[in-house]
Amino acid sequence: MGTMFGVQHAGFIIASYAVTVVTIGALIAWIAIDHRRQKAALAALEARGVTRRSARGGEAS
Amino acid sequence: MIGRIALAHAPHYQKGMALLDLANPSRFLALVARVQPWLVAATVAVFAVAAWQVFFVSPDDYQQGDTVRIMYIHVPAAWLSLFCYAVMAAASLGTLVWRHPLADVSAKAAAPIGAAFTFICLATGSLWGKPMWGTWWIWDARLTSQLVLLLMYLGLIALWRSVDDPGRAGRAAAVLTLVGTVNLPIIKFSVDWWNTLHQPASVFRLGGPTIHPSLLTPLMVSALAFTLLFLVMHLAAMRNEILRRRVRAMQLIAAQRETLPAGAQPVPGE
Repeated sequence: MGTMFGVQHAGFIIASYAVTVVTIGALIAWIAIDHRRQKAALAALEARGVTRRSARGGEAS
Repeated sequence: MIGRIALAHAPHYQKGMALLDLANPSRFLALVARVQPWLVAATVAVFAVAAWQVFFVSPDDYQQGDTVRIMYIHVPAAWLSLFCYAVMAAASLGTLVWRHPLADVSAKAAAPIGAAFTFICLATGSLWGKPMWGTWWIWDARLTSQLVLLLMYLGLIALWRSVDDPGRAGRAAAVLTLVGTVNLPIIKFSVDWWNTLHQPASVFRLGGPTIHPSLLTPLMVSALAFTLLFLVMHLAAMRNEILRRRVRAMQLIAAQRETLPAGAQPVPGE
């Protein structure tokens, strides 16, 4: 770690990794939230008795 | 009849059927559920090795000094920004030529991921450029063409969101994606075709890499980690898109059911 901190350009390096972590973190959070939202919407529709044709036919698609 | 039975037992026929099976969204979702935990574990493990290589093993570069560590995220992000667009272009062919049911899903799911990698590439490049070039930004051919790639990603995302019918949106986006592929060779060869501040290719070039193995190894491990991350996020986003289309189909059935007179059968969706 001695080569990393205590160096001339630590601020630029830390900022680069921070931008990457925040961007990737936001993307992963968006994907996880979207998954939860779609699953909840599907469950709500199924609770209302709505089924897809393929699900009714036994072969889901 | 005998010929048909023989064909069904031929290895290439069975292989073809296996590929067709994957075109079924339910089978694809089952496959994702099986593969995803292993992929996530592999991604975390490779990122751990990459972090150890980058922060504890890699020496400083003789010219860039310690800012070479920015390259371990900038370069993989740049590669993936192009790779992601190439995946979208292949998927667009699948949409327009073969009408593969998952092609359009794959292209739509890849766009935000490609935009994120392009943004990381531009941001980290800027953070490297200030101490090394003395400027955050310059209208250099490589930087400008990479910025155009980001704008193309954002335009495609906007197009998908502005058309309600996923099929129509997918075909329009596929045409636009294929038109945009002209930018990929421009990005790749911009450093050869024009006099740019950005350095020429130093890894994927005729004659082999010009980077010392002590710097090349962390770079390649980091690139592998980011590629696995792309795969994990792409599969998860595809799964979400399939679920979104199921929700839409079921909402249409529910809406038809509510507006039809009693006893009439709704036109089924998906």
